[in-house]
Amino acid sequence: MRSTVPLLVKLLAIAGFGILYIPVMMMMIYSFNRGKLVSVWAGFSTKWYKELWYDDVLLTALYKSLLIGFSSATISTIFGLLIAIAFVRFAHFRGRLFLSLVASAPLVMPEAVTGLSMLLLFIAMEASFGWPSGRGVDTIMIAHATFGMCFAAVVIQTRLRDMDKSLEEAARDLGGRQPFVFLSIILPLILPSIIAAWLLSFTLSFDDLVIASFVSGPGSSTLPIVIFSKIRLGVSPEINAIATLMILTISALVMIGSFLVLRRDGKK
Amino acid sequence: MHSFFQKLGRLLVIWLPLGWLGIFFMLPLVEMVNVSLSEARRAVPPYNPAFQIGKDGISFQPVVDNYLLIYEYWEDYLWPAVNSVRLAFFSTLYCLLFAYPMAWWIARSNKSLQHILLVLILMPFWTSSLLRMYALIGLLNPNGVINDFLIWAGITVTPIQMMQTDFSIYSGMILTYLPLMILPLYASLVRLDNSVLEAAADLGAKNWDIFRTIILPLSMPGVIAGCLLVFIPAVGEFVIPALLGGPEQLMLGKVIWTEFFRNRDWPVAAAIAIILIAIIILPIVYARYQDKESIS
Repeated sequence: MRSTVPLLVKLLAIAGFGILYIPVMMMMIYSFNRGKLVSVWAGFSTKWYKELWYDDVLLTALYKSLLIGFSSATISTIFGLLIAIAFVRFAHFRGRLFLSLVASAPLVMPEAVTGLSMLLLFIAMEASFGWPSGRGVDTIMIAHATFGMCFAAVVIQTRLRDMDKSLEEAARDLGGRQPFVFLSIILPLILPSIIAAWLLSFTLSFDDLVIASFVSGPGSSTLPIVIFSKIRLGVSPEINAIATLMILTISALVMIGSFLVLRRDGKK
Repeated sequence: MHSFFQKLGRLLVIWLPLGWLGIFFMLPLVEMVNVSLSEARRAVPPYNPAFQIGKDGISFQPVVDNYLLIYEYWEDYLWPAVNSVRLAFFSTLYCLLFAYPMAWWIARSNKSLQHILLVLILMPFWTSSLLRMYALIGLLNPNGVINDFLIWAGITVTPIQMMQTDFSIYSGMILTYLPLMILPLYASLVRLDNSVLEAAADLGAKNWDIFRTIILPLSMPGVIAGCLLVFIPAVGEFVIPALLGGPEQLMLGKVIWTEFFRNRDWPVAAAIAIILIAIIILPIVYARYQDKESIS
């Protein structure tokens, strides 16, 4: 490994990391500010965190976000796995081109467009055959699962393609049937990518503001929707505290997920 | 019997996701085109569908009024479109400037440092953009951390206006999309063969010449991939112009939102969404075309 990275490059790189981390770090520090004024430090306090516990609107929204995140991530992972298997294992099938189009287009579609188009469909469906009646947790879940499965498919596909096929072939030569081979050989081999795909779909769902705003109904506000309406009113130590908790939680999940992926890559 | 189940399984593996994405991704786009060709009206829902299956059979009466409206009030709609492209273009450029040294450093460091740096890049990517933009507001506000520091240090007397400017938009874009630029750059730089660089150095090439004639051309695929990954979502961005931009920084994503939620003009919102899709498809088609060129 050539270690002579010019000093200038290193300094610029460190500045780049600074841009990524300084705003969030400052926000985390100010979440422990005793005073109500955001930029005036009035001593250390955890009172804003305690106040979060009594904010019913926030807790309800958190519960909804978690519910939507868990269910949509699970659907995303299952369907993502199916898409990955179809692409990697089936060389030719009818609809391959269409599937590759609809499984990659959501990755580049602007959230406002995805959200708007889905809402319009839900409304047209309700007008035609009465489902879904109104919009709420279920429509947000469907919307999140739809774009989540495309991300999940990308993650699982990479692992499935790089997987060592010899174990699987050996099992089949020894008379193992397809379901057995899948459950006891393939699944354990690609398990880290499945966990990573689930975590990524969950964070995508948990963080989403734009799509959820379009397809949510009255009384189904998720955490980002509630936070967005609070932010519009201005910076406050209370939002600092929620944001700190959310970022720390997601970061922990991402760290677990990326170490799972990187460790496997490192072993190769 | 055995092969029957195998065939059934194969069909399910293909058609379950295909059906889901067809219904919940493709069909909505079709419906959006339909709404964009519909007449707006004051009712619930606020449009009269162009394509209808009613009691008196199937009818299809498209109107182009919504597109004409956009054309007529081009200052209100075209200006945000131009602005979206302009802000996304320069954001991509600034991201590239910051991402290149970072990707280079990560690619050239040893394995354990590499892992740590990569996770440091991935973490902000997956945490909510909304929350990071909020954190940035705390920094850039007239009474925010940066202005407080500048006034305290005596550099300025009155707070500097940083929010609702191009500067705040670019800061937000860099904060949000830097990881998307770094990852493909890193992937192409890490594959770079050391012996080529050593050979060039042995033959007396200066650092700058090595960079210009070897490193940069060889990392071009990463540069192009990174630019696409940043430019495409940046064009349709909503959160950044909504929270950090003023009236001068209007972008299409925000216009769709305003038309839909505030003006309740769904057909026009749908028509703008279709224009936005058209803007995004152009660079993708261009990249595909470039790929084919380089293969042949």
